[in-house]
Amino acid sequence: MKVEATEKIHEPLFHIAKRESVPLWQGIVVRAVAIVIGLVVCGIIVSASSSSGKNFFEVYASLFSGIFGSERRIWLALQDMALLLGVALALVVSFKMKFWNLGGNGQILMGCLACTTCMHYLGGKLPDAVVILLMIISSVLAGAIWAVIPALFKAFFKTNESLFTLMMNYIALHIVSATITAWFPKGTGAMAPIEYANLPVLGEGQMGKSLLPILVVVVLTGAMFAYLKFSKHGYELSVVGESENTARYVGINVKVVIIRTMILSGAICGIIGLLLSGAINHNVSSNMDGNMGFTGIMVAWLAKFNPVGMIFSAFFITFITRGMGQVCTDFGFTNDALSDIIIGIIYFLIIGCEFFISYKIRFNKKLLRKKES
Amino acid sequence: MDIFLAKAIEFGVIFLFGCIGETLTEKSGHLNLGIPGIMCAGAAGGCFGAGIYLTSVENPNGFVTVLLAILFACLFAGLLGGVYAFLTVSLRCNQNVTGLAITIFGVGFASFFINSVVLTLENASTLLSMAGINFFGAYLPIFDKMGVIGTIFFAHGPLAYLAIVIAILSALMLRKTRIGLNLRAVGESPATADAAGINVTLYKYVFILVGSAIAGLGGLCYVMEYMGGIVGSTVSSTIEGIGWLSIALVIFTLWKPDLAIVGSFLFGALYILSNYITGVTFVQTKLLNLVPYMVTVIVLIITSVRGKKENQPPASLGLSYFREER
Amino acid sequence: MNQEIALELKHISKYFGSVVANKDVSLTVRKGEILSLLGENGSGKTTLMNMISGIYFPDEGQIFVNGKEIVIRSPLDAFHYGIGMVHQHFKLVDVFTAAQNIVLGVKDKKRFNLKEVNERVMEISNRYGFHIDPKKKIYDMSVSEKQTVEIVKVLYRGADLLILDEPTAVLTPQETEKLFAVLRKMKEDGKAIIIITHKLHEVLSVSDRVAVLRKGEYIGSVVTAETNEAELTEMMVGKRIELNIDRPDPVDSRLKLNVEHLTCKNKEGVTTLDDVSFKAYSGEILGIAGISGAGQKELLEAIAGLEYAYPGSTVTYVTQEGEEEELIGLSPKEIRDMGVALSFVPEDRLGMGLVGSMDMADNMMLKSYTKGKTPFVERKDPTSLAVKIMNELEVVTPGIHTPVSRLSGGNVQKVLVGREIAASPQVLMVAYPVRGLDINSSYLIYSLLNEQKQKGVSVIFVGEDLDVLIALCDRIMVLASGKITGIVDGRTATKEGIGLLMTKNEAMRQEDKNES
Repeated sequence: MKVEATEKIHEPLFHIAKRESVPLWQGIVVRAVAIVIGLVVCGIIVSASSSSGKNFFEVYASLFSGIFGSERRIWLALQDMALLLGVALALVVSFKMKFWNLGGNGQILMGCLACTTCMHYLGGKLPDAVVILLMIISSVLAGAIWAVIPALFKAFFKTNESLFTLMMNYIALHIVSATITAWFPKGTGAMAPIEYANLPVLGEGQMGKSLLPILVVVVLTGAMFAYLKFSKHGYELSVVGESENTARYVGINVKVVIIRTMILSGAICGIIGLLLSGAINHNVSSNMDGNMGFTGIMVAWLAKFNPVGMIFSAFFITFITRGMGQVCTDFGFTNDALSDIIIGIIYFLIIGCEFFISYKIRFNKKLLRKKES
Repeated sequence: MDIFLAKAIEFGVIFLFGCIGETLTEKSGHLNLGIPGIMCAGAAGGCFGAGIYLTSVENPNGFVTVLLAILFACLFAGLLGGVYAFLTVSLRCNQNVTGLAITIFGVGFASFFINSVVLTLENASTLLSMAGINFFGAYLPIFDKMGVIGTIFFAHGPLAYLAIVIAILSALMLRKTRIGLNLRAVGESPATADAAGINVTLYKYVFILVGSAIAGLGGLCYVMEYMGGIVGSTVSSTIEGIGWLSIALVIFTLWKPDLAIVGSFLFGALYILSNYITGVTFVQTKLLNLVPYMVTVIVLIITSVRGKKENQPPASLGLSYFREER
Repeated sequence: MNQEIALELKHISKYFGSVVANKDVSLTVRKGEILSLLGENGSGKTTLMNMISGIYFPDEGQIFVNGKEIVIRSPLDAFHYGIGMVHQHFKLVDVFTAAQNIVLGVKDKKRFNLKEVNERVMEISNRYGFHIDPKKKIYDMSVSEKQTVEIVKVLYRGADLLILDEPTAVLTPQETEKLFAVLRKMKEDGKAIIIITHKLHEVLSVSDRVAVLRKGEYIGSVVTAETNEAELTEMMVGKRIELNIDRPDPVDSRLKLNVEHLTCKNKEGVTTLDDVSFKAYSGEILGIAGISGAGQKELLEAIAGLEYAYPGSTVTYVTQEGEEEELIGLSPKEIRDMGVALSFVPEDRLGMGLVGSMDMADNMMLKSYTKGKTPFVERKDPTSLAVKIMNELEVVTPGIHTPVSRLSGGNVQKVLVGREIAASPQVLMVAYPVRGLDINSSYLIYSLLNEQKQKGVSVIFVGEDLDVLIALCDRIMVLASGKITGIVDGRTATKEGIGLLMTKNEAMRQEDKNES
């Protein structure tokens, strides 16, 4: 046999075991630690790479002032948070079904485009109320159509939905950009706000502008929570997500559930597009989605697909995004890509900390003791 | 027409790097949606490597410039790939989410790093475009003697040939060698590979890192060869789009690096089509930009409808492996 | 017999979280002997062997090979010490050929050359009397061919200690005999063999010594020649029990299900069920035997409305009132809505019968959630049903709100069977209901089935253990390659007879090939 006499015994120093479950507080502590580490890293990076002479602690002052600095900033942050939460709500139904909808950006853009098209062609020619009604219908339809195309192919041919929806993002982007060119052949590609058929403003100042999107998303959050938790549809889509075979066994029509759920997901993205174009910007541009289709995935994921938890994760991400914008201004960075870097690092930490929630590392005590002595 | 074909190949090379990188990664069972970000990191690293060298010596040597750019591109891309590998292999995090985070980070990083570090080097933008044209665009001396064939196939910089060599080597590796067999086993069924004594973790790490480094060269290729070293503000968003297409190309080419050569050139042609078609309106040009994405969608549909056993993705693609799973 | 010790385990323990898989196990294997590792399902046999083959790492204890202490951190270490394991769930790459699978992970200095591998594979096969085609892809292979590949794989690496985990579970009696012959040849060759099993008669027929595990603990070893079934059972279960399965006589036998010309094909267009016709009666248990993949799964799924049946197939359900209902072409939900009382316990419990991540209550309403006119689900009745099943079937769980995937195999099965029986079925189909269950749970399931039978339910039982089928069923229908090769009376059937029926089509096809 091949056993050599001189061979030493090497035991592994540690090994990994799966945890059965963790108490809620432990999960929160682990995630909080990850966030704190992320914020510290953020402070170090910003203060080290800035030439403004401000110190480490001033980073946090800027970060907070970016979101709480003035009443206007608070409303803007709430508006951003609402939009982001709305997108995440749209995505969460598809993720619960294990349908990787990476096409939020495209679905939002198509909603924006449909809304703006109504405003562009009909604004001023028909009463505003009629145009707004058409805007709502067309935005919801556009978002739903953009989501249901990949869903149809997934349902019938098992076509890879993540790449399909990704490609739909770019198709939407180029359609928007071509449409703007068609409308304003001599323009720069940017579009002036349209004055007609804007969604109503509900008060004074920034609050009035932001209130409608916020209220819409508040209603959406409650509705989606009930839909996922208490409705028959919600039950069906989680069965389909957990195991298609079980769904078949029970007699759930998997194809119908996939298509129905994606129509819902796309329709909500369409509503977000409606808010973006109809209530906030009054026009359309090819980057109006603000990459929320991706950020929304993070929001949904960080909250483990729980609509209530998503309120917190949407707040946190909005906080970092807006806060970092302020930091960049205060610390004299011309390029706000720095905030993407910081956000990326915080994502890594939060994604990575899941490991310490699902697994535990057991060190080899015998070996550790040997090392100490 | 010959210029169009030559440019198609030149652009296709970018896809080829991305596609080979993702193919190798997927063969190890990991769907890396971070490739667009990793390609951006490669571009940033390459510009940095070349920029540092160009701004610090009097008479820069072309070979050294290209070599340094390649090294730094691989290094930066590899580092970001390392983050992905650590999160998904060691910490067993969800691959889709991790990949998206990598892309968000990489795109932001490249944009910030190129503007705030590389371009703040003295004279960097002039020197980089000089290097782009003279060093990265250096042609093989034989091309002008061969007419049209020369223009199409031999009028490319060193990275183009490097890409083809890498593609052929990868194909041979997967098909003929023990390492290739082991790698495929890891991607198909890590538990089987593990029980057969293959170091699954090592294979996953190595091929995610190698795949990322190769993909990073795609970013470098875009900036230094295709754009001729002109570093604009839209670099990272353009590379991001190329990156997503590269991932789609992996499906199109059925996880086969040799097919990827042909597929990449086809995609290259589609991507630049709008710049070379004459007699269309501005709006139509804009619409032509969505052709590569439409084609990808159609290809996705066709491959899924046909669904042959040999043409399927590695069986455990996207799943984490934990040996003691019960 | 060679008395040299090949492998010795001392005080091995292994924990999974709070679950004790093995506790203080010590045992020895000698060269040139076949050791049976006997124990109920869940007694920690596989975990113990996985620690020797490098899949798991022991928390405590020592392993000695040829008298020297060694540490096995990975399967590679295990190969290095000449240990090879054939896992119960084959570890093979489907899209690879036999030779590619065999050579996978082998580290030698030679250049990588599949031709040489093929030759060595043939050489090993001839030596021990295997039949294997090195160039055949795994997905084209039958279960017993796959097992052969696994064994050759281990031998190719020069293993001196072979571990086989439940190798006979998927084989016919005839194939089992062939395997045992091969094992005896290896034993003569001086190899040490450990065979994991829970079937007593196999232990007695093939092994030299028996080591018994119970609840993760080592109970003791006995020489096979000096023991008997009763003693082994007592060691295994911890108390004297009667291993007899009841078979009450059929009552009130009326036609319940009439299947005619049932034909199904899989996605690749291969026929999985070929013109199957049979009748099932109330108050009887109809057993279905066959090697795995002979069409059992397709048969049950076609009846339950999960599998597309080709035109000409009919499945007629006869109601209590004697009315006939055609089931082909209906979905499971439509069948339920028609009032057909058909319950089905599928083979894949957590992947089909239940949703692993949901709790007992949510699993109870899988088939009833559509009740009520509101768009919202009603959770009150399912919750009380869950409590009822938990109490009546003694399901061991922290509570009805624990995800069912955290329960042990036996308890998962109790939840599933409990739900299906609670629907008061007229026809009850069960597929491999005791697979992976310990003896007590298994007997509970048998008695539940008998109870249903006496209530006048028509029970269709797909099983793999022929002893159980013969003891429990009134009639046994044998499937081979999607065809019925015979329906025999359970009271007069023999294992060998059923075994021959199980491979009948295979044999005929082989002859056809030889003639042409």
